[in-house]
Parts: sequence; C-alpha cells; structure tokens
Amino acid sequence: MQYRFLSTVGNWFIPLFLLAVFLHGTYKRVPLFDTFVEGAREGFFLAIKLLPYVVGIYVAVEIFRGSGSMEFLFAPIQSLLEFLGLPGDILPLMVVRLMSGAAALGLTSDLLDKFGPDSFAGRLASTLDGCTDTVLYIMALYFASVGIKDPRYSLPVGIAAALSGFVASVIICKMVFS
Amino acid sequence: MLINRVFGFLVIISIIIAIFTGKVSVISVEAVTAAGEGVKKVFGLIGILTLWLGVAKIAERSGLLKIITGVLHPLVGWLFPTIPKGHPAMGAILMNLTANMFGFGSAATPFGLKAMEELQRLNRNRYSASEAMCTFLVINATSITFMPSTIIALRINAGSANPMEIVGTTFFASCVSTCVAITADYCCRVYYRRRGRI
Repeated sequence: MQYRFLSTVGNWFIPLFLLAVFLHGTYKRVPLFDTFVEGAREGFFLAIKLLPYVVGIYVAVEIFRGSGSMEFLFAPIQSLLEFLGLPGDILPLMVVRLMSGAAALGLTSDLLDKFGPDSFAGRLASTLDGCTDTVLYIMALYFASVGIKDPRYSLPVGIAAALSGFVASVIICKMVFS
Repeated sequence: MLINRVFGFLVIISIIIAIFTGKVSVISVEAVTAAGEGVKKVFGLIGILTLWLGVAKIAERSGLLKIITGVLHPLVGWLFPTIPKGHPAMGAILMNLTANMFGFGSAATPFGLKAMEELQRLNRNRYSASEAMCTFLVINATSITFMPSTIIALRINAGSANPMEIVGTTFFASCVSTCVAITADYCCRVYYRRRGRI
C-alpha cells in the first residue's frame, strides 16, 4: 500500500517536474533548446572528470572483496558480533557500504540468499544497506568535482554518522524483528 | 587526507592477504574487471548528467529554481547560515536532497554536483571545504530514506513474504544517522570557528 503510493509519487514526480520546468520556461520566453544544450554541455566533461575517482574506488573495493581480506581481518570482530547474538556476516556489508553502493548491494543480495530475506540476518542486512549512503565515495567524488583538496572535518563526521546509523539499525531490528 | 590512507590500505592489505591465501590470480582479474565496471558507471552518468544539467539550466534561467528555493528555504535554510537567501546553491541542494529522499537516485547526483559548483563560488578558499559544503555532504551522504526501492526489489527477488517490512526500520535508522550528522557537523563548525579565531 505504502509502496504503491510512494512508487506512484516516484513515477509522477519526474514527468511533472519536467513539465513544470518547460512550461515555466516557455512562459518566461527562455529559448528552451539552446538553454538545455548550454547546460547539458557540462554533463559530459563533468562525468569524464569523475572517471579516475570512480575507477580508483571501484578497483580498491573489488580487490579488497575478492582477495578474501575481509574474512581474514574481520574474524575477531565477527566472533565478537556472534557473541552479542548478531550475524557476523553483516560486518563486511557495513564496511563496504561506506565505499561502494554496487558492491554493498551485491553483498546484501548474497546475505538474502544465504539466510533468507525474512530471517533476522536478512532483515538486518536490508536495513543496514538502506540506512546510509556511501560516505567515502560521495565525499571523494563531490569534492573532486570542484577541486577541493582538504575536506576538513566532513569525512570523520560523515563516517561517525554512518556508524551511528548501523548501530541504530541493529537496535531497531532487534526491537522490531526478534 | 583520509581517502589516501584508505585507498593505500585497501590495495596493500588485499594484495598481501591474497599472496598468503593463494588468491593472487584473483587480484589481477578483479582489478581489471572493476576498472571496467567503473568506466561503465561513469558512462551511465554521462547521459544522466547531460539530461539533468540541461533541464537545470532551463529552470535556472526561467527563474523557477529561484521560486522553488524561496518556497523551501525556511525548511532547510537554518542548516546553511552561510548561503545567502535565494542563492542558486540552495536550489540545487534542495533538489538533490528531495531526489535522494524519494530514491530518484539518477536526478540526485547531477543536482548534487551542481550544488557543489555553486558552493565553490561562495567558498573563500578554493582548495578547502567550506562549512556549507561539509554540512551539505554529511546530510547528503546519510540522507533520510523514505523508500529503499532497490532493496525492496532485491527482497522481492529473493522471495520475501513481506518485502516492505524493512521500510520502517530503514527510515528510523537513516533518521538517526542524519540527526547525528547534523549535530556533529554543527559541533565541528562551532569548534573550528572558535579555534580559528584564537
């Protein structure tokens, strides 16, 4: 019900926004196509400018995932999680979630297959994946796009906020689902 | 910068561990595949950026962006005290946050990058993040999620009996992370300002 409502909002939002922009542009006598092209021209160069940053992060995350480093490094923390009654497999998901949305989605999908989507681990993994965005990736990309070298306090703040989101996910899932 | 250390750590640790676990061959394959995936991602971005930056330009020139900003400014303006009222940066920030919240990921990135460009115009030090940039990015990176549509789709695919049941928990957890982000950002801003003065 809620999903249907929100996906309807989603389906309507973009077309209506486009319509509003074009109607208002016509009303204000903006040369629509010329202006569109003028703005759109930046798109290509902006994307190409971001290419090295995206490739760098993708490569680092993927070899980290593929090398088995996570099983190796996280084993002690994972046993601690298991001791607390949490599935240890969610730890790699938390780490990857900070860096790559695609990789995190892959891990979530694996967890759903392994434990079942309606298990506690499956529900927790789903919540963890949705509770925050890729802090490191976004900051690297957005700062790079305008040539900022010093992110100052934003990176630690973003990571702390994401971690608090993970803790909140665990607590709320424990309360709601078990 | 932290990202340099994270990058170095990931690559070095991965290779060393792969040597010990006999997975060295995996590294070269993964590295090349991932590089290709990254390029694919950027190619996907080209179309999206071109489309939305074109549309944004029309909205900017017709003055629609200014109207939207004026209406919504009271809602989020207090988070960005350094942005002058009616500045285009605010419009782009609002569009980005709205798109993010409702899961229109494709429109979020172009407006986010546009917001950074506008914020950079207001920035006094070209190479150092401004206060408004920090606030914008921590909110953006932890944005409140009303509808985690991709995860719901994953759950449907995995055969969940109730794919929607994680919407509430996700909303709660994302609210916590955003509140922590706003609070911590505010504290850091005050702290650095004081330290800057002394």
